[in-house]
Amino acid sequence: MDQIGYSKKVMEHFMNPKNVGTIENPDGYGKVGNPVCGDLMEMYLTVKDDIITDMKFQTFGCGSAIATSSMVTELAKGMHVDEAMKITRNNVADELDGLPPKKMHCSNLAADALHEAIKDYKGKKEAKEMDNKG
Amino acid sequence: MERINLDYVSSKPIDPRVLEFAKKFLEHGFGNPSSLHSVGLEAKRALEEARAKIAELINGESEKTIIFTSSATEANNLAIKGAALRNIGKGKEVAASVIEHMSVLNPMKELQKNGFTLNLIPVDSTGIVDLERLDEILTKNTTITSIMYANNEIGTVEPIKEISTIVHDKGLYLHVDAMAAAGYIPVDVQADGIDLLTLSSNDLYGPQGAGALYIKPGIKLQPTLLGGGQERGFRSGTENIFAIAGMGEAARIAKLEMPQESERLKAMRDTLIKEILKIKESYLTGHPTQRLPNHASFRFNHIEGESILLNMDMYNIQVSTGSACSSKTLEPSHVLLAIGLTHEQAHGSMVLSLGKSNKMEEISTIVKAVKETVERLRKLSPLYKKEVM
Repeated sequence: MDQIGYSKKVMEHFMNPKNVGTIENPDGYGKVGNPVCGDLMEMYLTVKDDIITDMKFQTFGCGSAIATSSMVTELAKGMHVDEAMKITRNNVADELDGLPPKKMHCSNLAADALHEAIKDYKGKKEAKEMDNKG
Repeated sequence: MERINLDYVSSKPIDPRVLEFAKKFLEHGFGNPSSLHSVGLEAKRALEEARAKIAELINGESEKTIIFTSSATEANNLAIKGAALRNIGKGKEVAASVIEHMSVLNPMKELQKNGFTLNLIPVDSTGIVDLERLDEILTKNTTITSIMYANNEIGTVEPIKEISTIVHDKGLYLHVDAMAAAGYIPVDVQADGIDLLTLSSNDLYGPQGAGALYIKPGIKLQPTLLGGGQERGFRSGTENIFAIAGMGEAARIAKLEMPQESERLKAMRDTLIKEILKIKESYLTGHPTQRLPNHASFRFNHIEGESILLNMDMYNIQVSTGSACSSKTLEPSHVLLAIGLTHEQAHGSMVLSLGKSNKMEEISTIVKAVKETVERLRKLSPLYKKEVM
């Protein structure tokens, strides 16, 4: 049977999301979604020696959009950026004890936002290394 | 926290008096109104009594004008497809307002696939049907026009009398979906000039599983369900006596109590609207005065409706929303888009629909919960910060 409604864990993360907010001058920043579609996520990273030491998010969207954002910050914090790149949408949904089927695609964007933020970090790092060489 | 139900628009609890009245048909067996023995006759009597009570609620010419169906959705289907197909010789055009319920729009779209022309009539930003456009759009080929009495998502009450005058001046038929209106505002099919009218049992605090269609004497419809010829051949199938008897009793109570109950709800509605609109960047959806007495609908910038619904549920307050995320299609409500809202604005909608259980003392709790919900979700929203900065 398809999952009906949200799991208890989704509701916990919806009601008490972890790592809400922004980081000034983040090492990595990612944004996915579009308010027209009903979901918009922004992820902020602090990275030291390729380890994600801090992470914050802000999300406009439905219950699963907020809960997946919160969950992905919990999963990725403390991870090496290369490991964090491997976190998938399915990992996030599994950690939340599943999402209703129609939410798997539309609101499960948190892993994508994380990946965007890591790409931003890597891009900045490369640019810095180029500068140093130059 | 005690439950506060503000989602009467989605479903209503059965009135205990209705249950008491109708439960004998569950407990002692239904009887088939088509059987001639005593049990069958008892069922038949219950059926005819319910018909009379419903005719009285809407001032139908006689109880014979009422046909029972399994739901208001079925009644809408019967009215639209029945009128269009029965009168196909007169023309192949149908018309409806853009804000009709899906049980009106989808049968019309099906007719469209089968070669009919569907003309949709726009509404203004408050949800009132554009009467000039209506007048322009209707032709002698328009065999059925459907305009709702009141809209369930934005609460707007349509000027049905003016609409029926336009339709009848062209010699055409008007169907009115009164699902959301009946029991809250007076509906008089004769004074309003209505040819076909849809009612829902549950919306009158009756059991689910029954609906009714008023059919003005002389109007012919092609039945959608064929069989043993029940309901004067308009709708075959053994009648759901429990639900129908309950619906009749619910209609009787609604007729009796509507004037007082509507005033009571209106006072609560107005307080809710006044208090909630104090929230920054909050807006009323629908018409400010021409609206259902139990209906207060809003939208809030920067936040999303499903989140509002879930957050309000944490206070044990049940609300509804026209947000895309809570719909089956993942599209925002067609009603909110039709009144000119952008997708982004339509996502932030919240509908509070009041009913019998609500009390004025609850209003401060509700307003506090709405304020806290909006504030919390805005703190989470990247859109809010951007506009403030």
